[in-house]
Amino acid sequence: MLSKGTKAPDFELYSTPDQKIKLSEFAGKNRILAFYPADWSPVCSDQMALYNEMLKYFHKYNAEVFGISVDSRWCHMAFAEDRKLHFPLLADFEPKGEISRLYDVYDAKEGQSQRALFVIDDQQIIQWSYLSPVGINPGADGIIDALEALTNPPKP
Amino acid sequence: MSQKLRPPVSEKDHIQGPAGAPVELVEYGDYQCPHCGRAYPIIKRIQQELGDSLKFVFRNFPLSEAHPQAFMAAIAAEAAAKQNAYWEMHDLIFENQQSLSDEPFLGFAQQLGLDTAQFEKDLADEALSARVEADFDSGIRSGVNGTPSFFINGLRYDDSWEEQKLLARLKKSQHA
Repeated sequence: MLSKGTKAPDFELYSTPDQKIKLSEFAGKNRILAFYPADWSPVCSDQMALYNEMLKYFHKYNAEVFGISVDSRWCHMAFAEDRKLHFPLLADFEPKGEISRLYDVYDAKEGQSQRALFVIDDQQIIQWSYLSPVGINPGADGIIDALEALTNPPKP
Repeated sequence: MSQKLRPPVSEKDHIQGPAGAPVELVEYGDYQCPHCGRAYPIIKRIQQELGDSLKFVFRNFPLSEAHPQAFMAAIAAEAAAKQNAYWEMHDLIFENQQSLSDEPFLGFAQQLGLDTAQFEKDLADEALSARVEADFDSGIRSGVNGTPSFFINGLRYDDSWEEQKLLARLKKSQHA
C-alpha cells in the first residue's frame, strides 16, 4: 500500500449515478479514504455505519471521508439509502479496482478492495495509512489520532 | 485497532459491583442495538455467577443514524442516574427494547417511582448529552468499531461474547 509521505494519486470516480468526485477538488481539506471490500456487510458492526456517526468529528478536523469499493454506483446508492449514509461512497467499478490498484490495496484474488485507510492532508500528501485484516472493522481511533497529529503538530 | 480502554474506568463511570473486584468488564453499548439486547441477559447471568469478583461498567455508544431512539434512551438512563436509578432504568430499557420507538421513557420513570417532573427536566439537560457524547468519544479512542464492544481489565476482548466463552475468559482473568 502507498505509505506516509507519498503524494496521493488523483482520481475521479462516480459518487452517485450521475455525479463524479475528484480527489483534488477537495484541496485545502484533509481527506480520509476508506477502501472496503463490499457493500452490505452486517449492520451493527459495519465500518461505514460507524464513520456515518462520526462525520461531525471528522469535520472538526477539516476532514471529509470517502468510502471506496468496487461496487457499482447503483449498488452504492441503494446501500447508502438503506443505511442512511451522509457521505460519498465512490464506485471503483470501471475499470474494476483501478484506483484500489493505484493505492496498492487491491485483492486480485477476491476481486475487491482490501480494507485500508488513508489520511491525506490538505496538500494531498498521505500522512497515515493502515491495512486492516479484511474481516476486521478497524474502527476510527487510528484516523482520529492521525487527524489530531495533523492539526496539532507537536511543538518543536 | 486500539487495544486499550481510553480513558480507564473512573468514579465518573456507572459501575456495578465492588470497586476492588479483581475482574473489570466494560461494555460499550447502544440501547437500541439488537445484539446489545441479546448480550443483556448474558451479562446478567455472568454477574450472578461471578458475584463480588466482577465489576461491570456500561458506557454509551449510540449509533444514532442507525438507531433513532438510542441517544434518547442513553439520556433517559443518565437522567435516572440523577435520581440514583441508573441501573434500574438501564435494565428496564433493555427489557423493553422492542418498544423504544414509542418513546416510553417517561412511563419507565413513573414505573420506577422517580420524580417525573424532575426526570423530564433532566432529559433536556445539556450536561447529560455531553456525558453521552463523552462516552462515545472514549469509545472511538478505544477503538470501538460497533456494538457491543467489550473490554476486560482495560484490554479489548475481541472473541465471542456468548455466555460460556465470555465467562471462561472472565474467570481466567480473575486468576491472572
